[in-house]
Amino acid sequence: MSLLLELRDIRVSYGKAEVLHGVSFGMERGKIVTVIGANGAGKTTLLNAAMGIVPSTGTILYEGAAVPATVEARVAAGMCLVSEKRELFATMSVEDNMELGGFLRSGVERAETLADLYQRFPRLAERRKQLAGTLSGGERQMLALARALMSRPRLLLLDEPSLGLAPRIVAEILGIVSELRMAGVSILLVEQNARAALEIADEAHLMELGEIRRSGPAASMAADPAVVESYLGTGA
Amino acid sequence: MDSTILAFLVQDGLTNGAIYALLGLALVLVFAVTRVIFIPQGEFVAYGALTLALLDTGRMPGTALLLLCFGLAAFLLDLWSMRHRPRIGEFSRSVLVNLVLPVAIYGATWILAPMQLNAAVKALLTMAIVAPMGLYVYRIAYRPLADASVLVLLITSVGVHLAMMGLGLVFFGAEGLRARPLSGGSFMLGFLPIPAQALWIYGCTIAAMVGLYVFFEKTLLGKALRATAVNRLGARLVGVRTQLTGGTAFILAATIGAVSGVLIAPITTIYYDTGFLIGLKGFVAAIIGGLASFPVTALAALGVGLVEAFASFFASNFKEIIVFTLIIPVLIWRSLTTDHHEED
Ligand SMILES: Nc1ncnc2c1ncn2[C@@H]1O[C@H](COP(=O)(O)OP(=O)(O)OP(=O)(O)O)[C@@H](O)[C@H]1O
Ligand SMILES: [Mg+2]
Repeated sequence: MSLLLELRDIRVSYGKAEVLHGVSFGMERGKIVTVIGANGAGKTTLLNAAMGIVPSTGTILYEGAAVPATVEARVAAGMCLVSEKRELFATMSVEDNMELGGFLRSGVERAETLADLYQRFPRLAERRKQLAGTLSGGERQMLALARALMSRPRLLLLDEPSLGLAPRIVAEILGIVSELRMAGVSILLVEQNARAALEIADEAHLMELGEIRRSGPAASMAADPAVVESYLGTGA
Repeated sequence: MDSTILAFLVQDGLTNGAIYALLGLALVLVFAVTRVIFIPQGEFVAYGALTLALLDTGRMPGTALLLLCFGLAAFLLDLWSMRHRPRIGEFSRSVLVNLVLPVAIYGATWILAPMQLNAAVKALLTMAIVAPMGLYVYRIAYRPLADASVLVLLITSVGVHLAMMGLGLVFFGAEGLRARPLSGGSFMLGFLPIPAQALWIYGCTIAAMVGLYVFFEKTLLGKALRATAVNRLGARLVGVRTQLTGGTAFILAATIGAVSGVLIAPITTIYYDTGFLIGLKGFVAAIIGGLASFPVTALAALGVGLVEAFASFFASNFKEIIVFTLIIPVLIWRSLTTDHHEED
């Protein structure tokens, strides 16, 4: 089966400084692929380039063809990014945020997906009239994920879904991510929390200073001494 | 000053204020969604008023031809931007919106103009001619600059304003026109006669506000416009295209401009360059509302209308100066109270 997403020699520069120096990898359908790495390694930049938020050179193939040119067209093609900054509509209600997540879906699909997601995220259902900007950090994270799911993506790009959350909520969110994989969504997951990410991922890439240094099945990466030492800490 | 004069001034102020409120709302709407300070808003008022006045005389308004020209220019731009990746869907959509629509409106005007139909039909026809221009102006002047800074967009607005005013002179000539009221006569409110046209103005303003409220609160497209105003990148990430929200905002602004033009055409003589001054008063209100708040803008617009009415009674030579001076204390107050944040 052809790859769902393929990155070939992706380079991104901010001004004169190149921060991604030719990143290449492919991901298969139905997998969770994680990119781990230190702060400033370029993980967010990589996801933003894949989504078309930052301009990049190189080739991005999605479902075997050149990826559409604009962010909006990529969303229409089934890609969806939960950005590191969440990018919620702070002065609009939780429900409005959710509905807008399904902007490109038909009214019927939108209503169905909304009902499904309210079951999966009861906390959002309780707060549907609350303004998104007044949610707690964890709730905001959930809303960002739920809003992305409203578009029924085939490829979900997740940037640090566990950022700043209590361990229990991290487990909850990563649990949902695994469930999504069961439901057939492919996921490209960027995480600081390498241990948790490697636990649920199928494949992993280690990124350092804008390059992929190591790649492999998540289980063997979790046992790789270099990864263990720098990212999982001693005693792992 | 006796109470009759007072009542007249209040009524006059509220009538003008209602128009300024409509224009102020359009300015806030366009700025929030696209970050464009829409100086040419007033030109749409003048186009609307002059179009209606010409339809009143049974003549073909120049705006119909202008609409064809705008549509053609937009179509050519679409062709140019499609030159690398021609797509049949986009192409046929462009033909439909930029060529078929204006030709249909032109044809309808050509048939209907000499028929001297009733006022409502003429008003609707005027709106049909002027409203799509908002879309074309967006396509031609602003869409290519979607990522430009507010300053660049402002300079563009000045250019569009001058161009549209010049085109107004070309297509309508320099003489002023006045339209017939939508319905004549007046009602007595106690001792004060209220012209029927004033009631039309109040009614349409309230209807437009309610309409906008429902659009923004209840429809998905309206919510998408709000979302774009709140968080541009967030809106793109859920698949809301900037062209869609930008185009919608401009169509709404042009429609509001056309409605305002239709409403004031019977109460003042409109020249090709009158729109600018009317638009500026809406702009004063919009600034008082911080280019963000619809209710504050609407109230401020009524205030502007009242100040103008009283200024023209007590110091008619200085009426414009007094109105525009209103903005200064507001700007000072704003610069003292708001913390400055970087433009995103
Ligand atoms: N808009 C920008 N302008 C200039 N430099 C930038 C910009 N965005 C990111 N960078 C730089 O690019 C590098 C990679 O940043 P990026 O956000 O991709 O890292 P990251 O791996 O996601 O880090 P973290 O784990 O802290 O989120 C960093 O050195 C950062 O300072
Ligand atoms: Mg990051």
